[in-house]
Amino acid sequence: MTITGIAAIGAGLAAIGAGVGIGKIGGSAMEAMARQPEMHGKIQSSALILAAFVEAVALFGVVVAFLQG
Amino acid sequence: MFVNSYNVRTFAPNLKQGIFNPVRMRINTFKRVAFTILFLSVFSFGFANETKDGGDDEKFDPKEMILHHVKDAYGMQIATFNEGKDSEFHLTIPLPVITYTDKGLTVFSSSAFHHDYHGHEIVERNGQRFVNVHEKVYILDSGANQVTFDAEDHPTNAHRPKFDFSITRNVFMMWVSIAVLLLIFLSAARRYKKSENYVPSGIASFVEPLIVFVRDEIGKPMIGEHKYKRYMPYLLTIFFFIWINNIFGLIPILNGANLSGNIAFTFTLAAITFIITTLSGNKNYWKHIFWMPGVPVPMKIFLMPIEIIGMFVKPISLMIRLFANITAGHVIILALMSLIFVFKSYAIAPVSVAFSLFITVIEVIVTAIQAYIFTILSALYFGMATEEEH
Repeated sequence: MTITGIAAIGAGLAAIGAGVGIGKIGGSAMEAMARQPEMHGKIQSSALILAAFVEAVALFGVVVAFLQG
Repeated sequence: MFVNSYNVRTFAPNLKQGIFNPVRMRINTFKRVAFTILFLSVFSFGFANETKDGGDDEKFDPKEMILHHVKDAYGMQIATFNEGKDSEFHLTIPLPVITYTDKGLTVFSSSAFHHDYHGHEIVERNGQRFVNVHEKVYILDSGANQVTFDAEDHPTNAHRPKFDFSITRNVFMMWVSIAVLLLIFLSAARRYKKSENYVPSGIASFVEPLIVFVRDEIGKPMIGEHKYKRYMPYLLTIFFFIWINNIFGLIPILNGANLSGNIAFTFTLAAITFIITTLSGNKNYWKHIFWMPGVPVPMKIFLMPIEIIGMFVKPISLMIRLFANITAGHVIILALMSLIFVFKSYAIAPVSVAFSLFITVIEVIVTAIQAYIFTILSALYFGMATEEEH
């Protein structure tokens, strides 16, 4: 397997990790919003920020894969 | 710190009297932003997605086309007609190529390359011969009449000029977006100056909710009630600058003016955030980095390098997040469009157009979300730097 193929697998693994993370954030945010609809705005903005943090790690993976590929 | 978003005060500058005029407005800022985004998305679909056809005999290479669109270029190419025929015609805005070498400053129009970026067209200026190799200007070594490439497609007998100050399409689009922002905000300011009681009208009523949003949802909660005012000019600037550049990147007729998907651009913005954070750091901030309070001494020594690395990772993650999000969006849209040319079939076209429409709608939302996230994280870092001991 070439280094490009391994890099692609690495990017895929990073995407799986980020998917799990963002899924958990989204799920918990939905639950919280359903329980306390009046906090909708605050929960939404904190969920977006947290999703950005998780996503950044996946994007590091993508960038490394790009550099290798 | 709960911010009541239903009773907002206007953010009008106090030009005449020293009082704010509270205006009761029922706004759900997020809804307004979403509507604006939808309008803009409809606008940008008015133009067809311009995609390059490789001709009948030539095999279409989506990777080359996508990279060419995402990267910076020396001219603003808008469209190509009758490609591959004698009547081939390029609709382009030529931009100046400015280089500085030992022989001094050389300026010429990018149209001298005749849209060639494979190094075939040689332009002789000021005793030097320039070629355009994948949208990078190279100077041919003396004695060479043609560019030769090594196995990795790098020129072997040409070198980059010492300095390349060219007004590329990214620089050009940056100036356009600065002009548009100035137009919007100066006319909004004029509206406030004219109005009697600072009630927004015209373009000001479009800008005000956005500014109030940045102030009440980003500045105040992240930095704090007392200190946020110092940072508002910077936060507003990056929010609107990133947002408008993201939107410009999505307008197909501007042909991939991918400014916020350019790592140099995001690096500069992240560096400014880093400098402001570092300069406004108070005693408490530096204590948390070098000598973490409240933990045993071995732990303090262990945490110090981690905190120092963290100081630099924060702006780097800001840089990569914006760059990778915007570039990935462009790549996905272009890849979906190039499916038509890969399969060379009409049947695939509706599927491909539908999918790229779907992704474009998501991208239109992403433009605003990425601007928001860059701004809110910058504000968060400023808040961390100025936080008092508790």
